[in-house]
Amino acid sequence: MNSDLSEQTVLSVEHLQMQFATRGGVLKAVDDVSFSVRRGEILGIVGESGSGKSMTAYSIMRLIDAPGKIVGGRVLLDGQNLLELPEEQMRRVRGKRIAMIFQDPMMTLNPVLRIDTQMIEALRAHQSLGKAQARAMARDALARVGMSAPDERLLAYPHQLSGGMRQRVAIAIALLNRPELIICDEPTTALDVTIQGQILNEMQTLCRESGTALIWITHDLAVVAGLADKVCVMYGGKIVESGAVQQVLEQPRHPYTGGLIASSPSRNRRGQPLRQIAGAMPSLAELPSGCPFRTRCPHATAICATMPPVELQGQHMWRCFHPLQQTTGAMHG
Amino acid sequence: MDKTPPLLELCEVSKRFAQATDFADRIVRRLRRQEAQAAQAVLAVDCVSLSIRRGEVVGLVGESGSGKSTLGRIAAGLHAPSSGTRRWKGEALDALRAGERRRKQLGIQMIFQDPYASLNPRLRVQDIVGEAPVAHGLIAAKQQAEYAADLLQRVGLDAALARRFPHQFSGGQRARIGIARALAVQPELLICDEAVAALDVSIQAQVLNLFMQLRDELQLTYLFISHDLGVVRHIADRVLVMYLGRIVEAASTEDLFARPQHPYTVALLEAAPTLAVKKIDFHPLQGEMPSPLRPPSACAFHTRCPHAMPVCAERVPELKEVAPGHFSACHLDDQA
Amino acid sequence: MASIAADIETPLQAFLRQFRASRMALLGALVLLIAIAAALLAPWIAPQNPYDLAQIDILDARLPPGAVSPEHGTTYLLGTDEQGRDMLSAILYGMRISVFVGLTSTVVALAIGLVLGLLAGYAGGRLDALIMRVADIQLSFPSILIALILLAVLGPGLGKIVLALIAVQWAYYARTARSAAIVERRKEYIEAAVGLGLPPSRIVFRHLLPNCLPPLIVVAALQVASAISLEATLSFLGLGLPVTEPSLGLLIANGFNYLLSGKYWISMFPGAALLVLIVAINLVADQLRDVLNPRLQSL
Repeated sequence: MNSDLSEQTVLSVEHLQMQFATRGGVLKAVDDVSFSVRRGEILGIVGESGSGKSMTAYSIMRLIDAPGKIVGGRVLLDGQNLLELPEEQMRRVRGKRIAMIFQDPMMTLNPVLRIDTQMIEALRAHQSLGKAQARAMARDALARVGMSAPDERLLAYPHQLSGGMRQRVAIAIALLNRPELIICDEPTTALDVTIQGQILNEMQTLCRESGTALIWITHDLAVVAGLADKVCVMYGGKIVESGAVQQVLEQPRHPYTGGLIASSPSRNRRGQPLRQIAGAMPSLAELPSGCPFRTRCPHATAICATMPPVELQGQHMWRCFHPLQQTTGAMHG
Repeated sequence: MDKTPPLLELCEVSKRFAQATDFADRIVRRLRRQEAQAAQAVLAVDCVSLSIRRGEVVGLVGESGSGKSTLGRIAAGLHAPSSGTRRWKGEALDALRAGERRRKQLGIQMIFQDPYASLNPRLRVQDIVGEAPVAHGLIAAKQQAEYAADLLQRVGLDAALARRFPHQFSGGQRARIGIARALAVQPELLICDEAVAALDVSIQAQVLNLFMQLRDELQLTYLFISHDLGVVRHIADRVLVMYLGRIVEAASTEDLFARPQHPYTVALLEAAPTLAVKKIDFHPLQGEMPSPLRPPSACAFHTRCPHAMPVCAERVPELKEVAPGHFSACHLDDQA
Repeated sequence: MASIAADIETPLQAFLRQFRASRMALLGALVLLIAIAAALLAPWIAPQNPYDLAQIDILDARLPPGAVSPEHGTTYLLGTDEQGRDMLSAILYGMRISVFVGLTSTVVALAIGLVLGLLAGYAGGRLDALIMRVADIQLSFPSILIALILLAVLGPGLGKIVLALIAVQWAYYARTARSAAIVERRKEYIEAAVGLGLPPSRIVFRHLLPNCLPPLIVVAALQVASAISLEATLSFLGLGLPVTEPSLGLLIANGFNYLLSGKYWISMFPGAALLVLIVAINLVADQLRDVLNPRLQSL
């Protein structure tokens, strides 16, 4: 692998802030989020619903509508700040340089158009191609994502395909214009385990081969464990821990990460109560000051009412006044 | 050996969903002198037998299209089976009249997957929980508020919230309300249909712990339907694996996870993501689950099975005991 | 226990708050309330009872708005018609009839359509097919035609008109209720109710009905305007109420001949009143539809 290219940072998000203005006040959906992804690298963003992970992705793509607004930070794609681009240029970036795949493939696919129509349209929006040429490229793209009988599938309508196939079409569309970065928002959550396994395998191969960077957003730590190189754990709109996957999973520092790992059934003895995190994630309107996790954290003290500073150990980052020390990362209580 | 009959018994139960041809369609066919089209049928559940003993937690595992949800609903009495019998405490239920059956199967309750759609949005939580026991005469109407409050506390909710509406609660809290509603009629068997699938990971652990706690406190029996193998492994005593309407493997939890026999079970276990950090370099199962409208001949799995043999397309493999208490439906076992 | 809505809002309060968000709808609601109040209080606030032949003086006929009666000295604010009736009083009484007819026929048609639609949606099968075919057949005829035929058979009169309007309208409600019932029936809370052993009648009326109501309320609001309009049309055609108890439609008809000869007020004012009434109802109905539409609601 060309070491020069692999060092190249494709996306760098710096102190991104996105807020919603509501009747009840300002909600900080994305609060000071920073991370970066290199060519061919897979970054996992892990969080539960309400953690801000999806909002981060939409902010990067600038798909935020009022009452939401990006209020701070930079999003550098190959050094260029996307937040400063006029909308016309941003439109050219979307689909061509950054592609997005959603949990529901019907967010990508138009139910009344045939698959080939949609794929050809996606291609010709960013490149000048003849129809026949575009069609050939579409067919190849379907074959590459593991679709059986691609010629037949091209003629089908979305409702004639199963959920797994639709998602494959969405992935194929994302890959069509050879983007530098693909953002996937829980694309396999609604799919069967065996289909998920296939798609994860395919995505990994595709990224390695084409050097595309990948951001995979999920609530499932296990998916990230098998797929990603790096991981960011989000809670209450903030990144509470990030680093190489192996390190974060084996040596979690933040009590939330530790709690998530500890509550997984595979880490608990059969028949014993699962170790659990008490309480529930507060809604954005009820986030506590300082560390968002402190209302549920058994280690929380008064100082946690102020935001913990970033602590760094090599690539491993966490924000906690009382990080976990034990090697197993187990959480008590 | 326990001689009492199993709590719930399904004998060779099948469920066929037929889409009867439209009246207009029939006329058109007549006019065109075409043959009357046989109603398109989906065999969601194909000749399944299972029995659940009191106090057990039986896990039912399968992917979408496997028929596990339909089987769960047949067990709960929400769907009538197309063939086969269902026995509750030794008594065949489907021959009874509707009113009588409703009364007798009150002891079987279902916990649903979607915490949003499973609560009536127009009723207060107190009424959601307390309606059925009053309607069945288990408690007097004026005791409803107290009874509901008690149940809410039992499932870990603040009883002061009883007069609120479902939309004012989070997903995890709604799941608990659904559990309280089921408990209100004093059931003996709870059928959990993907009851934790829609919940956040940290809430999942809480609700699973609640299930286990209730099992001990109230001597409940569970049929736990899930696609999540990790969860099933933790909570179930016995596991059944379904594929396209049939049970392909059945064993105790330890046996199934340690020594899976059926190729589908093996593939499922391999595909399930685990927290062990390993770069996936395995060979995933190819293909997709076939459409139930056009199931493969004989063994439904042979189209995707890495060990398929000619006989697999000709004869349906029987569910045989391949080890004590361990059943598998595969022709590979014939050669032993 | 976090994540609970800070303010405990009952569905009714939430509904009122969302409704208030639109100024147009509030205006419409206000006008509607005034119209209904005026209609209800007509016997007390109208200067004259236009149905009492003793109070009408033919010598006051066709006086322009603001004219003073040479005989009695009363001021006719909106003029008089060709029989000497005070237009203002006639309009107030006419609105009374319009509102009464509109509301009554809508409410009864709603009730009938709701029950039939729910049964059709919940039971399915033959019952569903039967009810829906009857509704379809009826809906394929223009409502005026059905009303005319019924009135020809039943004869004129207020009660007969209400009956005719009910017969015309029930099918809309039945169809809407059935669609809503089919959607709701599949939801898990209905399955849960079945699993809890509740009898079907209870499930239909206590669980299904309240959740099928929102789209029906929207249809009802729009249909009130439609019913009022239909009644006015029938009266205009002379098939509605008797001449001695004119509704707005009949008033418009009576003055029709005078429109071009300068005595515009005999048709124009009742027409304007009818227009304002219907527009107000439509404004309210529009906002109702937005508020009650589950897709547009922010959870």
